[in-house]
Amino acid sequence: MTLVASAAPQTTSSQGRRLPDRLDKPFRSALLSWEMLLVLIVVAIFVVNSFASPYFLDPWSLSDLSFNFTEKGLIALAMALLIISGEIDLSVAAIMALGSTLMGMAAEAGIATPGLVAIGIGTGLACGAFNGVLVTKLGLPSIVVTIGTMSLFRGLAFIILGDQAYKNYPADFAFFGQGYVAWVFSFELVLFVVAALVFWFLLHRTNFGRRVFTIGNNPIAAQFSGVRVERIKFVLFCLTGLMAGIASVLITSRLGSTRPSIAQGYELEVITMAVLGGVSILGGSGSILGVVLAAVIMGLVTFGLGLLNVPGIVMSIVIGVLLISVIALPILWNRYGPRKAF
Amino acid sequence: MNIIKKLGLAAAMSAALFASAAHAETVKIALVVKSLGNGFFDAANKGAQEAAKELGDVEIIYTGPTKATAEGQIEVINSLIAQKVNAIAVSANDADALVPTLKKAMQRGITVVSWDSGVAPEGRQVHLNPSDTNLIGETIIKLAADHLPEGGDVAILSAASTATNQNAWIDAAKKALPEKFPKINLVATVYGDDDSAKSTDEAKGLLKSYPNLKAIIAPTTVGVVAAAQVVTDQNLIGKVNVTGLALPSEFKKFIDNGTSQGVALWNPIDLGYSAVYLAYDLAVKKDEAKPGAKLSIGRVGEVTLDDTNSAPMAAPFTFDKKNIEEFSKIY
Repeated sequence: MTLVASAAPQTTSSQGRRLPDRLDKPFRSALLSWEMLLVLIVVAIFVVNSFASPYFLDPWSLSDLSFNFTEKGLIALAMALLIISGEIDLSVAAIMALGSTLMGMAAEAGIATPGLVAIGIGTGLACGAFNGVLVTKLGLPSIVVTIGTMSLFRGLAFIILGDQAYKNYPADFAFFGQGYVAWVFSFELVLFVVAALVFWFLLHRTNFGRRVFTIGNNPIAAQFSGVRVERIKFVLFCLTGLMAGIASVLITSRLGSTRPSIAQGYELEVITMAVLGGVSILGGSGSILGVVLAAVIMGLVTFGLGLLNVPGIVMSIVIGVLLISVIALPILWNRYGPRKAF
Repeated sequence: MNIIKKLGLAAAMSAALFASAAHAETVKIALVVKSLGNGFFDAANKGAQEAAKELGDVEIIYTGPTKATAEGQIEVINSLIAQKVNAIAVSANDADALVPTLKKAMQRGITVVSWDSGVAPEGRQVHLNPSDTNLIGETIIKLAADHLPEGGDVAILSAASTATNQNAWIDAAKKALPEKFPKINLVATVYGDDDSAKSTDEAKGLLKSYPNLKAIIAPTTVGVVAAAQVVTDQNLIGKVNVTGLALPSEFKKFIDNGTSQGVALWNPIDLGYSAVYLAYDLAVKKDEAKPGAKLSIGRVGEVTLDDTNSAPMAAPFTFDKKNIEEFSKIY
């Protein structure tokens, strides 16, 4: 694959033209510091939590904490690309439920762990491809398509399972959601770090990633520039489905059981992570680093406040305030910030 | 963005996170509920606080997720494990999904009991049933049947289709129907997910689909209020009796206006109280949890564990026109 030397705007490609992540330049400089702000928030939460609770800086506490965001974070990585391209997938949690249900069925039929993993990931990929076909081939808006498939996939899980539960998973299946690679580093956490590196490379270091930004900024211009817009969008839906499939394996393994209501409401938390991470909900800008930091922040906020036994609703308020700030700050910046330098 | 704005946001975050770090050397018992902001569990907390006061050296941590999900409860339980609480008393959103996390808690020396909505035996030491499942199943049908001497159609409006306890009661109710209530015809069971809007829609759907419906039985405090409101709004008072399990304070107006002839519930105050006593028995007095063991639950009495280490607390209690005034003031 041909690589673009750097994602930074001063980079010049072979044609001598640059392709910025976002066209309005003044705000871009603010955006660049968004990750910096997120880092500051992470540091602030760490410091405050360490003072507020004597239990926070325990390695096992921090390890337990990582389970709060790894599954959602994995999906948020792919969701970031999808949102940058100007699309969205609201069906990810339902894909997890369907994947988990089919794995449960297979486990009941005596299929071993490798087969179960293949089924979980395969289901995710198939569901993602289904969303992709509906959006790209039929030209339907992704928000409508995935609201539909959200009900469809979860509906299938409910039809298969009803009010029952699958819980006959093989003993070694528990590794993915409960196992540790080394010391306190869980399999889920290691997988999240690896996936973050892969997605960082894909978005910020490959032509594919540049095209995703191009499509998000102006799909028509991208089309006329020879970017195969529909194909790339289809691939992004498949990727998002794939990550939901992987997350479905992890959560099923972690809970050791499947009910059709599994992962209920995860889609909004995944999208929150992407948007909090600085991905523009209108498409065209965002970074993997931001998404990773946002995932960590959401994990830290829920766990840190949990240690202090702050009611969950306060955590929701904190996340909500953060989210609104993320969306409002760029607008306020453009309106009241320093004069644009043309 | 200037540095002041950045610092401002960071400061706001810190302020939201900051709380005093007072930790006394007491027995910490966490009362984990299905979701916060539910009157039933607030009442259980009242009982738990009462037990803590009697026991003296106990601090109650009353907590739970915002939404009634197993995933949310796991996050809460993880933070309790990190705090090294002495005992966790949980009303589970899912009997199986909590097992790996609660096993981890027990491995780290934390006493785990479940109450109200149980956890599978391998995930807890003792389970306290509010009452006997069969007795509740029978009671919810009886509440309707007592006012239908000629029999008729009834329907059940439940909580989430995955709720452990509701499903057990409905199964018991179905078992009791042919033997004890031959004239009662159960036409449908629908699920309102303990969500007011969804429960309202499901209740409206029932009234439309079954015009001869004589009673709606909702074994959930959210569903029963929604159903009673629908029956009141549609002027069906006297035609459709709404009954089930309800909090007296929330349901008083529907008994007063005649929508309901009576509802039942165990006493959540006693339930929270007894759960804390059980946790204390195991965590501090080191009583052994084994089939046949007798454990003290303070002023409520004593429970005897069955072969799955679970025990019923008491029989459900009926509230009607005669006593609703008195109990609506309590919870």
